[in-house]
Amino acid sequence: MSVLAPERAPAQEQPSVETSTGTRRKDFAGAVLAVPFAVLLVGTVLVPVAYTLYLSLFTERLRGLGFSGPEHVFVWLGNYLKVIADSAFHASLGNVALFALIHIPSMLIGALVLALLLDSAVVRLKQVWSLAVFVPYAVPVVIGGLIWAYLYSPTIGPIKNLLGVDPLSDTALLPSIANIATWQWVGYNMIIFYTALQAVPKEIVEAARADGAGGLRTAWSIKIPVIRPTIFVAAVFTVIGSLQVFTEPMVLKSFTGTVTSTWSPSMYVYEAAFVAGDNGRAAAASVLIAVICAVLSAVVMRFSTRRSAR
Amino acid sequence: MSFVDSKSRWVSTSAVHLILVVAALYSLLPLVWLVTSSTKSLGDFSTTGAFEFGEWNLWANVKALFAQENGIFWHWLLNSVLYAGGGAVLGALICAACGYAIAKTSFPGRRLLFALTLTGVLVPTTVLALPMYLLAAELRVVDTFWAVFIPLLTNPFGVYLARVYADASVPDEVLEAARVDGAGQLRTFFTVALPMMRPGVVTVLLFQFIGIWNNFFLPLVLLTDPKLFPVSLGLFQWSTRQTQFPQYTPLVITGSLLAVLPLVVAFLVLNQQWRKGLAAGSVK
Repeated sequence: MSVLAPERAPAQEQPSVETSTGTRRKDFAGAVLAVPFAVLLVGTVLVPVAYTLYLSLFTERLRGLGFSGPEHVFVWLGNYLKVIADSAFHASLGNVALFALIHIPSMLIGALVLALLLDSAVVRLKQVWSLAVFVPYAVPVVIGGLIWAYLYSPTIGPIKNLLGVDPLSDTALLPSIANIATWQWVGYNMIIFYTALQAVPKEIVEAARADGAGGLRTAWSIKIPVIRPTIFVAAVFTVIGSLQVFTEPMVLKSFTGTVTSTWSPSMYVYEAAFVAGDNGRAAAASVLIAVICAVLSAVVMRFSTRRSAR
Repeated sequence: MSFVDSKSRWVSTSAVHLILVVAALYSLLPLVWLVTSSTKSLGDFSTTGAFEFGEWNLWANVKALFAQENGIFWHWLLNSVLYAGGGAVLGALICAACGYAIAKTSFPGRRLLFALTLTGVLVPTTVLALPMYLLAAELRVVDTFWAVFIPLLTNPFGVYLARVYADASVPDEVLEAARVDGAGQLRTFFTVALPMMRPGVVTVLLFQFIGIWNNFFLPLVLLTDPKLFPVSLGLFQWSTRQTQFPQYTPLVITGSLLAVLPLVVAFLVLNQQWRKGLAAGSVK
């Protein structure tokens, strides 16, 4: 910095010839500012992604009696085929699909309803309500999971007695896991929707009211259409998050045997890499998850643009 | 509104507030449970109601928590503060510098960098954990502070936000004036642009703090030495033992309370800041 500063003087004397020296110096300084992040991006995102793709094409095999150690063998798409044919992987996809089916509508509809209620004229103490629902977002996911795990636990928690159903039983497990995620995220999305609702023009809402539209009618025909893009962005993030769900089932796993070690796709990757030690299979499964994420978010976004185009 | 409406209006107002009360209870009761439970000894869990206080063992629980494994809980709290605090401050600065450089300077390759940054936002953590572990093993940094700290500095979404903030809050005329006054580009960034971007940078910082504090997969994969664990990983590890050793239950519960408390307080204090940041993030 101190080296650069004096050099500025000539450029200042003749601002008209800024093009050659001035721009070059500008480029250099800009690059210096961008370098730390660029290095991080390459080192911790791009290289690991490339490495995952590379790993997914190889497998470790013992040759002969195995005295010479494992050997790196190129297997084309063999790992992918292995993962695609693996019933544990299918089960994990089925679990997150059901999880998403419960979590996404309940969380998004809950957040939307609460945001619309807060936005309606009749509510008192808006700050207090929104803050109360928003607080779980400040709880680390592991700890949120632990709190609910204890609440679910038949020996310590009250929920089994309250509901008469064991929340950790085979049938109730999925809604129980979805509930943890919903608890954590409903306030966050509520705030996002509420903020978006502030952009709805007041005149339109008042005009609708003057025409005799009630609160529900105004919400449905005016407010929701206006914030539809925000809702779809939230939906994309929730879809991606659901597919990658890891922490909540991982925490519940030590409280109940009904959560298997490959319950979700992310747990499948963890198991393959760090328990089974099959890096090729783990890498192939990671790539498949990333592809499914990308396809699903593209589908949701496509759906959103089509809807708003109408 | 006519007088006939006033009764139905009253009904709908109470219905609306009833829903809000239910939502608030749903959100807060688990935390109330955490507070009441951390006052209980192991035996109290079976003899007292879930939301009743126990025989006030909070102090004993806290003492036991900090005594366990030679006070490892201190390490965990300190580590979390270092990972999340240090990572958020440094990460936000890196994001701000890069976002500013992309928005306000014209170095070659900035379009490519921005495109790659946007791609980076979409890469799932699951994809990164295994190669990160293998690369760390290759570099012999598995089970070190830096193996967790450095990857968590990377925040592509923060760069995206910082670029938006730089575009919106740093006028070109001001940069031009700084240039005419003889300030170098780097100096201009630190003394002129960064202060103007401050509200946005604070938002990035808060997001990154929560992101790192929440991150579980990476420390789980990269760390085996309990002395390096952040608090969530440590509590998770204790919780995996509780079926066999029930005495861990009060430790995990009291530890959770102590780990959550500073966050919730910080959260309530910084409430306005959060909202502004979320608003900025959601509009885009």
